[in-house]
Amino acid sequence: MTGRTLYDKLWDSHLVKQNSDGSSLIYIDRHVIHEVTSPQAFEGLRLANRKPWRLDTNIATPDHNISTDKSERDAGVAGMTDEVSRIQVQTLDDNCDLYGIKEFKINEMGQGIVHVMGPELGATMPGMTVVCGDSHTATHGALACLAHGIGTSEVEHVLATQCLVAKKMKNMRVTVDGTVGAGVTPKDVVLAIIGKIGTAGGNEHAIEFAGSVFRDMSIEGRMTVCNMAIEAGARVGMVAVDQKTIDYCEGRQFVPKGEMFEQAVAYWNTLTSDADAVFDTEVILHADDIAPQVTWGTSPEMVAPVTASVPRLDEQPSEEQRKGLERALDYMGLEGGQAINSIKVDRVFIGSCTNSRIEDMRAAAAVAKGRFVASSVKQVLIVPGSQMVKAQAEAEGLDKIFIEAGMDWREPGCSMCLAMNADKLGAGEHCASTSNRNFEGRQGNGGRTHLMSPAMAAAAAVAGHIVDVREFVGGDQ
Amino acid sequence: MKAFTTHRGLVGPMDRANVDTDMIIPKQFLKSIKRSGFGPNLFDELRYMDEGQPGADCSNRPVNPEFPLNFPRYKGASILLARKNFGCGSSREHAPWALEDCGFNAVIAPSYADIFYNNCFKNGLLPVILTEEQVDVLFKEMEAEEGYQLSIDLHTQTVTTDSGHVFSFELDEFRKDCLLNGLDEIGLTLQNADDIKAYEAERAAQHPWVFGAIK
Repeated sequence: MTGRTLYDKLWDSHLVKQNSDGSSLIYIDRHVIHEVTSPQAFEGLRLANRKPWRLDTNIATPDHNISTDKSERDAGVAGMTDEVSRIQVQTLDDNCDLYGIKEFKINEMGQGIVHVMGPELGATMPGMTVVCGDSHTATHGALACLAHGIGTSEVEHVLATQCLVAKKMKNMRVTVDGTVGAGVTPKDVVLAIIGKIGTAGGNEHAIEFAGSVFRDMSIEGRMTVCNMAIEAGARVGMVAVDQKTIDYCEGRQFVPKGEMFEQAVAYWNTLTSDADAVFDTEVILHADDIAPQVTWGTSPEMVAPVTASVPRLDEQPSEEQRKGLERALDYMGLEGGQAINSIKVDRVFIGSCTNSRIEDMRAAAAVAKGRFVASSVKQVLIVPGSQMVKAQAEAEGLDKIFIEAGMDWREPGCSMCLAMNADKLGAGEHCASTSNRNFEGRQGNGGRTHLMSPAMAAAAAVAGHIVDVREFVGGDQ
Repeated sequence: MKAFTTHRGLVGPMDRANVDTDMIIPKQFLKSIKRSGFGPNLFDELRYMDEGQPGADCSNRPVNPEFPLNFPRYKGASILLARKNFGCGSSREHAPWALEDCGFNAVIAPSYADIFYNNCFKNGLLPVILTEEQVDVLFKEMEAEEGYQLSIDLHTQTVTTDSGHVFSFELDEFRKDCLLNGLDEIGLTLQNADDIKAYEAERAAQHPWVFGAIK
């Protein structure tokens, strides 16, 4: 018998029943709930006169829709100025109270973006199946979880049955060996991967990220990478357990202690792909080839090294690609052949479930320290991913560095990543953003998003245009 | 859930690849706590000239005359003809809700993003997968003929054109069954309650830390 991949192992250990029609019943260990994709699921439960199967599996928090402005946040849910948003957040509170589901409420310690909150509280642990009504749930795969986004009908299904009807995905391994250069971050690595395989490259696959680059990477860095698996089309991204995984988990709120922790660790250490495991698809990149990355277009696959130029219309291999490029350049207000580092930015957003953890805050602060936002930049939003990240950053004095640099230090939430709250771009504005999607209108109707790392975004804020962060921090050009 | 067996209807185009769920239904409409009413805001940023707001009446908004689905000839379309990787991006089920609410019963495309594809089946919306060449044929026929209709039969897994093409498509057996019969998936899963409980008991013995920590 050939060996099993990490995904095979996670799948096998959660298989409740294999049905004769080819579908499977998979057990869900952890269900993370937020205000946007859950109200209709709770409503469905009530209409069918059903109750949650288990309570100690669910963990909830508001994140997508809440204000990041301190004065509005201080007034709590009742003080939310957008009435439609207020009702949605209140509905989450009401549903959690009604059923007895653990919720970290709007201003409670523990609240944060669902995919920052879960791991930092130890609510997600290696070997678990983790689902959430949000496509960036793959983030939790950094802890060797089988984690993926689900729709609202499946939120209801998990609430009612603790299971999902699923079909096994194919295995893909993305290997990046070597050592990345100075100024090249996990964000750059994952953007380079998306640039290589495209936004549909991982469709129907679960991706395992392997190789020395990921072994050398911190757990928070692995979260950034797994987070964007969905931008490569894969619902699932993951990294095998190593000592870093175990060290990260130890001591967190919901992680067991003492003998049970040792028992857990013994199991967690089995969560790696066997040496002879076979993957359906293999992708290989070399660390040496990866420079800081910037998206120039309207899909995450429209990405290039910061040292490069926007693609030219006359270099496109097909008419379909030429049309797609023309539409993207028109939307972005760019010319083919234009140098990436000539793109001016109007706003900067540092935050989101991709890049709002303490290491991201430190990376941005390292660039911002002793510098000032360019006068042409209208706003720089720094949005920590959780109350815990915010408290830690403030304990380290990072908030002061940002404020002294002329940046806005905000309250935790999803903010301008999807612009459901008041944080958004105006039509035609360019944004250096650490988020995960540069779709048309994503950060505001007509807004133009350039995805990049926190250090690159901070450098763009200071320069007033996209710039190679290595000019700020040194390193090879 | 609404069943899907056969459908014949007018075809409307969405002629671009990688249509994302932000495009299908922009984020401001996700503030709703309801499942219905998203139809008027389907493709909102492409369909209208102004910025849509949740709860606002769309009947007097300026429509984009260049957006094909606004052309009179596609009014009342119930089959959306699309390109590859349709529905990429977020997990929002509001995307199939909006398509369904706007009168679409099926989408035909060469490929879909996984979560969107899965979400369609929960809402009686059939996502048909044909080859790029077959989709090209349908686009050409649709453009050439006003009032162009297609027939879709889920039993036989075929799309039939009036010109005589019969294109077969694949889908998983369990998805087909649920859709044909409009089955309540949660009810079906709960028929396995004893299996789920047995699994839980075994798992709690092996991995006790998975249970009980969150209170």
